[in-house]
Amino acid sequence: MSVTVTAPAPARVFGSGIRRREDPRLLTGTAVFTGDVTLPGQTYAAILRSPHAHARIGKIDTARAKAAPGVVAVFTGADSEGVLNPIPCAWLIPGSDLKTAPYRPMAKDTVRYVGDAVAVVVADSAHHAYDALELIDVDYAPLPAVVDPQKATDKGAPQLHGEAPGNVAFHWTVAGGDIDAAFKSADVVIRDRIVQQRLIPTAVETRGAVAQYVPVTGELTLWNTTQNPHIVRFIMSVVTGVPEDRLRVVAPDVGGGFGSKIPQIQGDFITAFCAMKLGRPVKWVETRSENYVSTTHGRDHIQEVELAATKDGRILGLRATVWAGMGGYLSTAAPGIPTILHGLMLSGPYQIPAIKEDVYGVYTNTTPVEAYRGAGRPEATFMLERLVDLLASEIKVDPVEVRRRNVIPPFENGHAVVTGLSYDSGNYQAALDKALAHVGYESLRKEQAAARAKGRHVGIGISMYVEICGLGPSQVAGAVGFQGGLWESAIVRFHPSGKVHVFVGISPHGQGEETTFAQIVADELGVAVTDVKVVHGDTDNTPMGWGTYGSRATAVGGAALAVATRRIKEKAKLLASHLLEAAVEDIEYAGGKFFVRGSPDKAKTIQDIALMANVAWNLPQGMEAGLEASSFYDPPNFTFPFGAHVAVVEVDPETGHVELKRYVAVDDCGHQINPTIVEGQVHGGVVQGIGQALWEQAVYDQNGQLLTGSLADYAVPRADVLPDIEVLSTVTPSPHHPLGVKGIGEAGTIASTAAVYNAVIDALAPFKVRTLEMPLTPERIWRAVGGRKGA
Amino acid sequence: MKVSITVSVNGRAHAAEVEPRLLLVQFLRDVVGLTGTKIGCDTSQCGACTVLVDGVAVKSCTCLAAQVDGSSVTTVEGLAANGGLAPLQEAFWEKHGLQCGFCTPGMLFAAHELLRTNPNPSPEQIRHGLEGNICRCTGYQNIVRAVQAAAAGGGRA
Repeated sequence: MSVTVTAPAPARVFGSGIRRREDPRLLTGTAVFTGDVTLPGQTYAAILRSPHAHARIGKIDTARAKAAPGVVAVFTGADSEGVLNPIPCAWLIPGSDLKTAPYRPMAKDTVRYVGDAVAVVVADSAHHAYDALELIDVDYAPLPAVVDPQKATDKGAPQLHGEAPGNVAFHWTVAGGDIDAAFKSADVVIRDRIVQQRLIPTAVETRGAVAQYVPVTGELTLWNTTQNPHIVRFIMSVVTGVPEDRLRVVAPDVGGGFGSKIPQIQGDFITAFCAMKLGRPVKWVETRSENYVSTTHGRDHIQEVELAATKDGRILGLRATVWAGMGGYLSTAAPGIPTILHGLMLSGPYQIPAIKEDVYGVYTNTTPVEAYRGAGRPEATFMLERLVDLLASEIKVDPVEVRRRNVIPPFENGHAVVTGLSYDSGNYQAALDKALAHVGYESLRKEQAAARAKGRHVGIGISMYVEICGLGPSQVAGAVGFQGGLWESAIVRFHPSGKVHVFVGISPHGQGEETTFAQIVADELGVAVTDVKVVHGDTDNTPMGWGTYGSRATAVGGAALAVATRRIKEKAKLLASHLLEAAVEDIEYAGGKFFVRGSPDKAKTIQDIALMANVAWNLPQGMEAGLEASSFYDPPNFTFPFGAHVAVVEVDPETGHVELKRYVAVDDCGHQINPTIVEGQVHGGVVQGIGQALWEQAVYDQNGQLLTGSLADYAVPRADVLPDIEVLSTVTPSPHHPLGVKGIGEAGTIASTAAVYNAVIDALAPFKVRTLEMPLTPERIWRAVGGRKGA
Repeated sequence: MKVSITVSVNGRAHAAEVEPRLLLVQFLRDVVGLTGTKIGCDTSQCGACTVLVDGVAVKSCTCLAAQVDGSSVTTVEGLAANGGLAPLQEAFWEKHGLQCGFCTPGMLFAAHELLRTNPNPSPEQIRHGLEGNICRCTGYQNIVRAVQAAAAGGGRA
């Protein structure tokens, strides 16, 4: 199909896979991460965490800890009560009867998950702080605990909060079309129960903070492992009472986030509190085991789903009930994830006339749940892609053909789905066709049949997706209860020498915007990429921004930057017309030069203009000095990247082992600013989704003890168990975006879990295995096939 | 009771009185002040703290500072001799073998060890050689390409 290209055709710099500008410091150990910050008079905090999933706190005896070597102070929840406000939940879904229970930075009388903060020791070294932690005596009276979000709503289940009877934090419904009619007229109804297991994001850098407080001025500075320093300043101000003008938050280099560095967690506030009480800098860095209980988890859905279809495989309706585990308290953005980012995406790439979903957000005695790469969209995509495969199996039609019969036809500018969203642009069939052609689908099916005849179990899995990112119009954010805006801002400043500083509100943590943003500026203005420095992460020298999550940094922040850069160009053109003594209508711009039409030798480079604007010797009447522009960009709609992935596996029924033989990803994120970075995002995203399908699960026992409490027990993917990911793309620009880009950070994760899962189930078809819980461990597979050799 | 040690780090001798329990990684970060070496776990799974001790890759969280008395340690700050980039660092840059960069110092030394013991590894051998180091961003693919490129260039450090 032909698509309307509203953005400039990719030029030399925009669209080029250049090396990243942030890499030299990261490769040489000169990058500064939060844990690397050490200030004069530095002290170190260690946090005592509840060993019980649910308990009343009795007496806390800190006397021995206070007397231990090197200890500066010991604080408990009683000390912070009335000083620190509860940690606010910032996504208050309207119409959902939301019950927010107070989430204290340190528990006061009750702990509600293993890891809930109880006390803190500050000492002159980390060793001394941890030594003294062991000397604190806490009287706990254990209470019954519940960890399963569905069972937590049963009558008689242990109750976490008086505010939320039945442990229900909220009940949200999405409904569109006539769902009852869909099921009444269905020839086929497919049912499944899907467990989207709880995952632990596991950024290789754990969370941490360094806080410095100046009592005489009341100024608080916080170095923090965060994806969104400006939101940290906002929330930190709410919790500590330090006014925003006296709060500076610095996100230095940040070692991955994947959603787990969006929310402010207890340790951040405790660190700030200690610094404020002591007037000395305090550093807190999670150990990995601490990270696994104190930093937020992801997913944790139980889904009961039904699909209504005709006998020839046309989908009529989708109905689901979801119990989404929220953990012991509602984390910052948690309620929005299983609702707005999940329920509204249930149509996926398909035409579905009727959809109804009930989502129960449920308190359980577990670590709070937040965004984890994909955040709600993997839980929607997996549901759909499983149901489509089950439908294909039921009606004995190839799963590709069932997808073809239901896919939304190509569209260039708006397609409404029954959940109420309007997708921006899409060509889903093209992505599927490209993936199938590349993988050689037809011949693969023949190879599969031949292998089966020899007793080998090859499986082919397909996953199509549409995701929502570029969050989002602020008006929509307000309408759906998000307690903030979702615009982004950028400042572009030319120095007299023609070098450029860019200041942005977003704050990347591995995605490479120091490079891609420089590419945007270089492409628009004809300066060298190496002449553009992108500054981010420090609230004292960057404009407001709402953060890097939901694949929005480039989709929204990049748009803000493009708009600011174009404003620079407009001013530069006016100045060029003045200096060249030509009418502005006669000034053209190409290759970094402004020139008079028809006289390319009468030209001024952007660097000439930058110098003349800065020295201001000869400006047109009324023009201000300097060459600088800012913008606040609030997108008119979300962006909707999409794609199709194919996984090929071989399963050994004797051992249950899954070998990933091939993985093909076709993703469409619109125009690509840096294809090398896009490919890297796809690699990493796909592998995280594969991790969910095959290896990863946060396992709690029935008492709420996290059994996968360290990297020795929680299985993240390693290099030797993965194939090369074959990355391809199609390009369907977003019609409403100044650069035609959409976002790529989460796409791989959204697609890959279902692709791999579908491939394994396909491989097990001879064993009549219909559904299995994730992760698809060898033991689960071996048990499902009954330990048999062949079928 | 403290232990007197002298350790050469990136060619410079550091003498210190350390607690017997002090890990090498803590010595490097907190005593010597070289924070390029990272800590990503507490069970020796992630490899972010990998350095060279007398030319051999060691996870510096598995080793006490007292054990390396008299040894030579190379950290990421000392991988390139001339203030530039070593061939492995160049290869990681060229092949986009890093994203957040937190695992990178350890990954560089895991790759260094692999090439020391096997100068021409196959992609499978590279993947096997890196399985003791966790990267959550890259999916490892471009790290494998980087190690291949460094091997093809015939150099590691």
